Amino acid sequence: MTVHGRGNRPPVVTEPTLGPPVSPDATLDGILERCRSLAGDPSLEAVSRWKGEHPGALAIGLFPVYAPAELVEAVGGLPVPLRGGGGRIELERADARMQSFVCSITRSTLELGLSGRLAALDGVIFPSICDAARNLSGIFRRNFPSLLVEYLHLPSNAASRVAVDYGRGEFSRLLGKLEARAGRRATEEDLARAIVAGNEHRDLVRRLYALRREDPGRISSLESWVLLRAGDVLPRGEHAATLRRALDLLPRRATRPRDRIRVLLHGAFCEQPPLELLATLEEAGCEVVGDDLLLGTRWLRAPVRAGGDPLGALAEAYLRDSTPSAVRHGTTESKGEAILEAVSRCRADGVVFATAKFCEPGLFDLVLEKRVLDRAGVPSLAFEFEERMGAFESIRTQVETFVESLLLFGGERPVPERAGRRP
Amino acid sequence: MSGPFRFQNAGRTLQKELLSQWYGELSSANEEGVPVAYLFISGNVAELLRAFDFRLGYPEVNSLQCGIKKAAGPFILKAEDAGYSSDVCGYVKNDLGLLASGGKAPFGNLPRPDLLLCTYSGCTTYVKWFEALAEATGAPLVFLDVPYHRDPDAFASDRAYVVSQLEELIGVCEKITGKKFDETKLRGILDRSRRAEEAWTRILESARRRPSPFDAFFEAVFFMAPLYVLRGTEACVRFYETALAEIEERIAHGIGPLPEERFRVVVEGPPPWPHFRAFGELFRRWGVCAVASTYSKVGGLFDQGVRHDPDRPLESIAEHAIHCYTNWNLGLRRDLLERYVRDYSADALVIHSVKSCRSFSVGQADAREAFSHEKGIPTLFLESDLADPRYFSEAQMRNRIDAFFEALTHRRLAGAGAGGKP
Repeated sequence: MTVHGRGNRPPVVTEPTLGPPVSPDATLDGILERCRSLAGDPSLEAVSRWKGEHPGALAIGLFPVYAPAELVEAVGGLPVPLRGGGGRIELERADARMQSFVCSITRSTLELGLSGRLAALDGVIFPSICDAARNLSGIFRRNFPSLLVEYLHLPSNAASRVAVDYGRGEFSRLLGKLEARAGRRATEEDLARAIVAGNEHRDLVRRLYALRREDPGRISSLESWVLLRAGDVLPRGEHAATLRRALDLLPRRATRPRDRIRVLLHGAFCEQPPLELLATLEEAGCEVVGDDLLLGTRWLRAPVRAGGDPLGALAEAYLRDSTPSAVRHGTTESKGEAILEAVSRCRADGVVFATAKFCEPGLFDLVLEKRVLDRAGVPSLAFEFEERMGAFESIRTQVETFVESLLLFGGERPVPERAGRRP
Repeated sequence: MSGPFRFQNAGRTLQKELLSQWYGELSSANEEGVPVAYLFISGNVAELLRAFDFRLGYPEVNSLQCGIKKAAGPFILKAEDAGYSSDVCGYVKNDLGLLASGGKAPFGNLPRPDLLLCTYSGCTTYVKWFEALAEATGAPLVFLDVPYHRDPDAFASDRAYVVSQLEELIGVCEKITGKKFDETKLRGILDRSRRAEEAWTRILESARRRPSPFDAFFEAVFFMAPLYVLRGTEACVRFYETALAEIEERIAHGIGPLPEERFRVVVEGPPPWPHFRAFGELFRRWGVCAVASTYSKVGGLFDQGVRHDPDRPLESIAEHAIHCYTNWNLGLRRDLLERYVRDYSADALVIHSVKSCRSFSVGQADAREAFSHEKGIPTLFLESDLADPRYFSEAQMRNRIDAFFEALTHRRLAGAGAGGKP
């Protein structure tokens, strides 16, 4: 996708048309085109197709953020990360069951269910991220009695000596429910295989983000989002092949002109902003070199330990190596430290906070994180978004002003005060 | 004492006295060099901290008191000026705004905490609240992870997990206070908690009578306060014995909180503190008595058999932490509401949905569908806030309440439903 000027930008939302799987000689444009058609298709057609090809296998929805897809894969199932309606659906039924002060993703996910768009799923897992998501699990249980609806309590006291054991037990409990529904046991080998495949996939995602940091002209944040989002409805292996091919092709692609500032986009770890918003940031002169978008797909910062006890390794991975966000609770890490590290890692000139409206955890963290950035001299800009927002002009103006002020007065890139500690 | 009523208003009078004494002791804790711990109401582990002689402060109660004393508005605005969104919990903003204003509350001065113990039974916003307090005060923040009561299959391991963390917490308390853990002392505290919980349960269950001697929402919110802030003390036991005597006296005289009980309702959700009196009046004028409520169970589901137990100290503390209302899954919550409607012979369910507390409110609109459309329980759905005075529209509230009870009156007159139910 090229960067379009203001006014002639084509609609970002495309109608879902399923293309063939990626072939070894696929072009980058072909890959992006296919991913665009898969990304965010609210009717989950690709999942229905997968189910048709895998009779008896489970498709399990994963509500953001920290859900272990490996457990679903270990029983031969397809994990399907859910990201709400993405502005593509009207709320017709959910309004009666959910108050207006609840975030978009919670409301639109309920609408997806009530409108029958989640029919391809056999279950949904809700990890313990916030009260709205937690209670949504209860609403799902009542409204969709045939679904396996599981609430996963992630250990939220990292300082406790028993946290890993508890996490292991909770993963094991969840696996038991999946096994019962799937009618098959997950062996240690099944789990180990899923972990290895997950590690490989996450490594490709890390390479994509490294490319965006090091050579941001090769791919826009919007394209990167689409590339990842397509993985929500594809089996891990197929999506890994797609990413691998794209990563082979991207370095050969012509670089776009760059007179932009490097920006870390932060706060949309759960609900996803409208794609028009990402486009607006780019058009206004931001090079988004790091973000926490689609965190559910890539919440592990390091590979899960292979070999030994796989469930224990997954629990350890969550407690030790999961990317911090406003909904990873009970950690011993300081939030300030985490955002400064992210700024320093992607050598960002500034931070754009995009927080989902009504997202309490995100809105609370925003205050503390912004203070830390202010103290460290890192410029930042904050606004809220909703799935179905329609006007971006005010955000565009704010971002343009932010970019101009950085280009004019930014001079040297600010160095966060603690950045020196990093190797 | 003269006249037939020896205990009239005895509960409220003693409650006010005990609370003001508690705030006094809290205000002077720093000067006296007594360690202070902050903790939450829901499923807290006050008994364990009391065993180390911490004085206990409750940020939620700060916000509640500001709300009911009509002092919340400026503190909330102060927090919003500092960057907090208009869409986040007003309780948190009230408390942070109060802290940023020097901690001088209308009811006393907030002491500096020596320990922030975040037990987040049923509310993840608690985590955000205490993270902000830790940032503002520099006090050590300790988490006690209380798993959501999501599945009976998970309960045994959840309880064991909480017990293990309590054992670790003992070490933390020993370090902060320099005192050795004294299990005998803890057992004594737990015994006093248990006695207060017994008496409180009898008060709650008295509302099964007709007329109910007690309003299980508008009165209960005051009667429950000592249990939440003084549990484990002798004063707390004395309060519940006194309050129970008052209720028994009412029963003996066949009277209740209203001149005439015309409607019996179950109330789901917290009160609108900044407009508490006005809200209550809107029901009182219809002769509505709350016979059961869920807000009075946020600190523990004592009427469902939850008890602190000197013979099982840490286990019973863990069970209490898990079994508070908002930590129960929505299915259990709906079942409980249905039982209340049935066991307390209620005519209707009133749901007060507050924006500040998603833990309470997300799921209430769905429950209304279930109750009014599937179970045939007349359900009134009201919206405002527990903390933020800006979300209360008295005229709108009055219209809805009036329309609802008018309809119930008509149904009753028309003889719909048997057994006196509208």
